[in-house]
Amino acid sequence: MKTGIKKNDILLIFIVLAVAGSAAFLHNLLGTAGAGSVTVKVNGVIEGVYSLGEDQEIEINKGTNYLVIKNGKADMIRADCPDKLCVNQKAVSKNHESIICLPNKVIVEVNSTEKGEYDAVAN
Amino acid sequence: MRWQIRTAFLGVFTSLALIFSYVETLIPISFGIPGVKLGLANLIIVTALYKMRLRDVYALSVARVVLSGLIFGNYITILYSLSGGLLSLSVMAALRKRDWFSVMGVSVAGGIFHNVGQLLIAMLIVETFSVSYYIPVLLAAGTATGLVIGILAGQILKRLANIEF
Repeated sequence: MKTGIKKNDILLIFIVLAVAGSAAFLHNLLGTAGAGSVTVKVNGVIEGVYSLGEDQEIEINKGTNYLVIKNGKADMIRADCPDKLCVNQKAVSKNHESIICLPNKVIVEVNSTEKGEYDAVAN
Repeated sequence: MRWQIRTAFLGVFTSLALIFSYVETLIPISFGIPGVKLGLANLIIVTALYKMRLRDVYALSVARVVLSGLIFGNYITILYSLSGGLLSLSVMAALRKRDWFSVMGVSVAGGIFHNVGQLLIAMLIVETFSVSYYIPVLLAAGTATGLVIGILAGQILKRLANIEF
């Protein structure tokens, strides 16, 4: 059995990184920053929609998670889950960005203003 | 006598994978990204893929995930690891047969699909597709960890060249 690296290996790595890079680039390009709103869902059910333009602290799911909105960004600051991945995650502000706390089944998702209004009209 | 030997090796590999899972909890290798880790135990799976019968590797993979989940995690961890582990193993087994890649390419594909499998189950559980923006990060992370594991597995396999389990 050969253990040395093959040309195909390098090709595979290159293609995957290219796909990852262009996907990240597209996401940055399409994501519109600025004032919008965040939707907080617990277990798939919408618990509330909050404006990103207004600084506030939100208690989610009877206190299992706390979300802070400041300077147009939403950040999970406290959670009672063991892994704290949602707390360690960076603040979100762009359309479709999200903070997810799997143990508590909490999803915080950003909807940019324009998109939100358009959807409201379409509905 | 063959099956007794295989059973013994399966036991040894399972405990090795468990020890690696434990060692991983001790080393705080942080990549600065939540949810990304090296996956040392996959080194055992990749090595076993080249040295054992496929159904034994599947048994090894399931035993490792369930046991390490019971010891270090909870039932949610088991669910995620199982979906990631089984998808990753299936892809690696298919690629290994094709002989397109060396152990490094196979391991990179395994690392990527480990992450993809977990992301898919996350989409199912929290019922959202908005985690998709995390895909580039997971692709890159899977490639990096897969490459490290692949290089290590290549070295191990070189030294195990004369041994068949």
